[in-house]
Amino acid sequence: MELKSYDKYRMSFAPPTTSVKLVLLGEAAVGKSSLVLRFVSNDFQENKEPTIGAAFLTQKCTIGERTIKYEIWDTAGQERFASLAPMYYRNAQAALVVYDITKPASFIKARHWVKELHEQASKDITIALVGNKHDLVEDDNDGDDSSLRKVSIEEGQKLADEEGLLFFETSAKTAYNVNEVFVGIGSKIPEAPLLKPQQPQATDGRIDLSTGTAPAADGCAC
Amino acid sequence: MDENYDVIVLGTGLTECVLSGLLSVDGKKVLHIDRQDFYGGELASLNLGQLYNKFRPSGQKPELRGRDRDWCVDLIPKFLMANGELTNILVHTNVTRYIEFKQIGGSYVYRNGRIAKVPSNQAEAISSSLMGIFEKRRMKQFLDYLTKWDDDDASTHGALDLDKNTMNEVYNYFRLENGTRDFIGHAMALWSNDDYLNEVARPTYERIILYGQSVAKYGKSPYIYPLYGLGELPQGFARLSAIYGGTYMLDTPIDEVIYDDDNKKFAGVKTKEGTAKAPIVIADPTYFPEKVKKTGQKVIRAMCILEHPVPNTHDLDSVQIVIPQNQVGRKNDIYIAVLSDVHCVVPKGYYLAIVSTIIETETPHVELEPAFKLLGPRLDTLMGIAEIYEPQDDGTASGIYISKSYDATSHFESATDDIKDLYFRVTGKPLVLEKLTEGLNGLDE
Ligand SMILES: Nc1nc2c(ncn2[C@@H]2O[C@H](COP(=O)(O)OP(=O)(O)OP(=O)(O)O)[C@@H](O)[C@H]2O)c(=O)[nH]1
Ligand SMILES: [Mg+2]
Repeated sequence: MELKSYDKYRMSFAPPTTSVKLVLLGEAAVGKSSLVLRFVSNDFQENKEPTIGAAFLTQKCTIGERTIKYEIWDTAGQERFASLAPMYYRNAQAALVVYDITKPASFIKARHWVKELHEQASKDITIALVGNKHDLVEDDNDGDDSSLRKVSIEEGQKLADEEGLLFFETSAKTAYNVNEVFVGIGSKIPEAPLLKPQQPQATDGRIDLSTGTAPAADGCAC
Repeated sequence: MDENYDVIVLGTGLTECVLSGLLSVDGKKVLHIDRQDFYGGELASLNLGQLYNKFRPSGQKPELRGRDRDWCVDLIPKFLMANGELTNILVHTNVTRYIEFKQIGGSYVYRNGRIAKVPSNQAEAISSSLMGIFEKRRMKQFLDYLTKWDDDDASTHGALDLDKNTMNEVYNYFRLENGTRDFIGHAMALWSNDDYLNEVARPTYERIILYGQSVAKYGKSPYIYPLYGLGELPQGFARLSAIYGGTYMLDTPIDEVIYDDDNKKFAGVKTKEGTAKAPIVIADPTYFPEKVKKTGQKVIRAMCILEHPVPNTHDLDSVQIVIPQNQVGRKNDIYIAVLSDVHCVVPKGYYLAIVSTIIETETPHVELEPAFKLLGPRLDTLMGIAEIYEPQDDGTASGIYISKSYDATSHFESATDDIKDLYFRVTGKPLVLEKLTEGLNGLDE
């Protein structure tokens, strides 16, 4: 509570915040929710249950002079049978496509998600390809056959270069590179986000149902 | 995936998705299936390709600007009452996070051959052409009476009893003209025929109060509408369900329904993914055609594409027009819902007018003529007729709970009644809405 009001206090002096909708995509158990948990509350859970009950989180991220407020949408498992709703992609300005560097199948799935994003999401979406669970290969020696690593850095980088994506290897467990992903995306988001063509009057006349207010409520009932 | 669930839900219409969401939040393990590869069932909003595929598979399509997905055309024309029950459910479940809403710009009613704005504030009421000066005074007395009515305070009841007197008697008491009665009953209480006149006044009173509260909420009209179309509503509740552990399978036809107990009780379904078992199924009428009956009502709906706002609506970006049945010699009202690019359902420059009514004759398209006359030139008109179904029984014996088809009303209040009713039949307890607070959202603002 106190933290919140402090936040608001600070906000009134800070430059305007850019809100960015960020969606997560990737095979089950690659660590999507764990990356969010690390980023949002700097925490990690060893045996994290599949995502339940908290698939909409917000977190601010300061990059130089700017503050970006991420509205983070986790998949909530709807991707399991390819049943993600169009709503999920709608107006997403950023996406994390996550795979597990110890699971080659998850990398193949990542390619599929990149393709899907190009088809479904808006043209100017910023996508980061993220190879997670780096901690599992940290002590590996190069060329060691028993290595847990199944997807090389080069393969990841190559896909990213081909498709114009940011690329990171991360560990939600040790926090390695996690902030960098969100800072990296933030610095690629345009300063004043261009209004989507299908969204001609971005904020005009929208109403906030939870507070019951409209920006231009004129007059009263008869 | 051979798995056991608490509930299987078939069809991703609004009713089914709201129930999935509520039951998942209650901790039930839900499997939700749709044979089609998109969310929404009858309440889907179709893109241009899907729309013409459905209504004119081999026919001509006019040259229209914009990308396929810049069009989100509802199959069912309905708006949300700003203070209605669906809005209430949206707020309590936080589904409002996923959907943005805008007001509908105004509400109009047809009277003596032309349309007039339903006043949304005092100033509009004074200048309104709908009534003469004396009638306005009587109308004000009538509305004051209803607003002041207090169940527990007999002094506010005067000579009338809302639970004994018919609405006709109430109108008579206030000496309201017939045109005013049409206006109150059809444009405010939103009854679609005149049956209410000979019934007790209470339900009409409640509807008028709901109308007034809804207008008071945001100011322009009693209605709100989700950006990108009504299809966002089922999607939003499906997401709620998924967040609470619900499993979703689209594009999955039901190969077989499995029964227990000598073929009497529902036990599960077989699909391409395997067998899923559950003691209960909730489904829209299309999944159990042998367990539903026709209500006898058929609704005709016409999707009209325009390149101009509807004449005489002050160029508003969105409106509702009610044509009361009496005004055009019918038994059922005609509704027109008009939307534009402001609600992200058509590209800039286009307007979408959806006309609907309950069919009364052998030539239903002719019945829509009074509405077409109000719209001016139409670029294209796509028409469909839908039979209204309801379940044959309450489902408790078979474990098969079936929703009703979406009716011809202009809002979601009756659909929400069906949701609450199904919730009660399925869980045995009435739906109590408590504001959800989610685990990790302490970090939210
Ligand atoms: N060693 C290691 N384990 C991780 C890492 N990130 C996640 N995990 C573990 O991997 C498992 C799955 O993580 P989740 O965050 O639930 O994965 P998810 O992608 O959200 O999975 P779904 O929600 O089921 O799609 C959990 O047991 C985590 O503890 C990581 O960086 N290193
Ligand atoms: Mg997860």
